[in-house]
Amino acid sequence: MAAEPTLTPTISFAAAGVSVPTPAEDRVILEPTTLELTERRIGVIGANGSGKSTLARLVNGLVTATTGQVLVDGLDVAKHGAAVRRRVGFCFTDPAAQLVMPTCVEDVELSLRRSEKDPRRRHAAALEVLGRYGLADHANVSVHALSGGQRQLLALAGVLAVEPAIVVADEPTTLLDLANTRRVADLLFDLEQQLVLVTHDLDQARRCDRVLVVEDARVRFDGPADAAVDDYLASVS
Amino acid sequence: MSSTGLVGVYQPGHSLLHRLPVGAKLGGLAILSLSIVLVRSMPASWVFLAIALLLALVARVRLVTLLRAARLVLLMAAFIAALQWFWYGRDKAIETVVDLLALSLAAVVVSATTPVNEMLDAFIRWITPLRRVGVDPDRVALTIGLAIQALPGTVALAVETRDAARARGLSKHPRSYLTPFVIRVVARAQETGDALHARGIGDD
Repeated sequence: MAAEPTLTPTISFAAAGVSVPTPAEDRVILEPTTLELTERRIGVIGANGSGKSTLARLVNGLVTATTGQVLVDGLDVAKHGAAVRRRVGFCFTDPAAQLVMPTCVEDVELSLRRSEKDPRRRHAAALEVLGRYGLADHANVSVHALSGGQRQLLALAGVLAVEPAIVVADEPTTLLDLANTRRVADLLFDLEQQLVLVTHDLDQARRCDRVLVVEDARVRFDGPADAAVDDYLASVS
Repeated sequence: MSSTGLVGVYQPGHSLLHRLPVGAKLGGLAILSLSIVLVRSMPASWVFLAIALLLALVARVRLVTLLRAARLVLLMAAFIAALQWFWYGRDKAIETVVDLLALSLAAVVVSATTPVNEMLDAFIRWITPLRRVGVDPDRVALTIGLAIQALPGTVALAVETRDAARARGLSKHPRSYLTPFVIRVVARAQETGDALHARGIGDD
């Protein structure tokens, strides 16, 4: 009998680890990790350099596991990277690195190039996406002229334009002021997509269904948000 | 930092130049540029500058955009003109400055009336036959688009790095500025590569 389709995509880590060779010895960035992520809102917290971003980047193949494997809806990220990236959108901390076209509408059009070949329809679709995220008035504005919050919204619009099933966001509010942090966080938490959120903002972490605490290249705690945040706070006090 | 002044300055509009196909605009720019370079006479130089200004007027390019482009070119042209004056005399120096100004203003008119994506689509159409010899038109077009976009970003990094060096009292040592600048440009290139990879661009 065929399995029931799941509403939330499944991200599986099967002893997935990352290490890099150094002249002295292999440096472990993430210990072999086994996880099954099916919750709708998954938080990842931990100190700088603990391995959070590496864990997040494994999900869409920005980093390749050197041991084990990562599967997204059963697809091996290492072998089916292109198919996985169609399912997984990734939002970076610094939107300046993510915005690669001169104007807002052109940047969203870049995301849509693969799905919409007709330039007019693609342009119209990009304008529609900008409107959805409150950036319609900035369609022809240079991406360099936007505020930090607007840039992050635009980066998100570019990611969401192709309607991925999963959104991975790596500290998307770290560079933003309070108002924009709330705006971007609310947008992320209102998404229908599964969200993997790497964050230092413990209020955001508490809004998640499940939180992983990463420390020294391993997941030291995995559980409900409040318990995970309390564990993290205890570990740094 | 909105742009370097010469590229990435698209201004939406409905002028005749906005409505012209990309091929006609780039073809026209190529012909005008060749004419400016090949026709060597002072009166012709002023005529070419007048044509460039007329095109800017027709396209309703903002004055501030033209001035920014002119300012950048004049800085470069002043140096070249000084050499020309020394070697060939005053007339040659003036002709060179006027020619450079006309070339840059014509380029600004094209970029101000043509969205980058429209240019990329045109490039893709033109080089699609090269697929047979292994050229990937989408990648070539994307590379051009990235090159255009990288300019203002790189200028912004240069300004930030210079300010950081000044803040630490290191402004007199070129190495203290150039080394971090190069490192930051490489890091930004890496980040941009990651961003493109994450968006699945280049996967197909």
